[in-house]
Amino acid sequence: MIIDIAWHQFTPVASLIGGVLIALSAISLLFFQGRILGISGILGSMMQWQSTPQGHLLWRIFFIAGILLSSWVYNIGFLMPILQIESNYSTLIFAGLLVGFGTRMGSGCTSGHAVCGISRFSIRSLIATLSFMLSGFLCAYLFFHGI
Amino acid sequence: MQLIIVFTSGLVFGLGLIISGMSNPQNIIQFLDITSLWNPSLLMVMLGAIPVTTLGFYWIEKHHKTAYGSVLHLPGKTHIHAELIIGSIIFGAGWAIAGFCPGPALVALGAGYVKALVFIVAMILGMLLHDQAYLKVKQYFLHQTN
Repeated sequence: MIIDIAWHQFTPVASLIGGVLIALSAISLLFFQGRILGISGILGSMMQWQSTPQGHLLWRIFFIAGILLSSWVYNIGFLMPILQIESNYSTLIFAGLLVGFGTRMGSGCTSGHAVCGISRFSIRSLIATLSFMLSGFLCAYLFFHGI
Repeated sequence: MQLIIVFTSGLVFGLGLIISGMSNPQNIIQFLDITSLWNPSLLMVMLGAIPVTTLGFYWIEKHHKTAYGSVLHLPGKTHIHAELIIGSIIFGAGWAIAGFCPGPALVALGAGYVKALVFIVAMILGMLLHDQAYLKVKQYFLHQTN
């Protein structure tokens, strides 16, 4: 099998810089708040309002607020790129349900397992990452070419 | 002060996703769909993120405490169970068909995309379905067998 690279869409330098920024965010969250940067974990814990003490809710709200406002801050200095969301509504709902359920069952997503977990040499996170990557490759093929 | 730093961390995380191109679902789909024109950008994001995080985390874990002297909440689980793998496979399927994982979807929501809102509402429903329904049914059956 020959892989053709999409050179026009490939942004190696910007992606590398973005990756370093993600790392700096994970480092500061652990150093100042003592928490691992895992978005599905942060969101999921916010949903367990019955058992979450108030102090634990507050930092999560501030962190999520930072992410929500990032495009506005980006727009101050640069032009926010257009995000191409080409899926229709039923695909988005189905995919959302899978991502929500799957990340809770697998205790993590791309940020928690692939970035933070692998950086801590966690075998558990490595296995989780390989599982969602392989599933992602297979499902992308089946969804866009097979069915 | 601590909350301002946490807010800034979220901001930097979001900026990282925007600059790296990962907030655009099309870049994720182009990465996962290797049989069409392949976009390896996500690989570069990991190449930028993982080594720097490794060094930073190594230093913090050696330090044992946060900057304010509090405990580090580190995941201590090492047990590899079926749900870790099955859950990740389910997540990978959703990730591939829409091109969204939780972080980028939040960036897109903040940028005002209605489609991102629909995805996030469904994602939260999926989380609740696991935590409030699946886990409770599982616990009930575990109780029965004991």
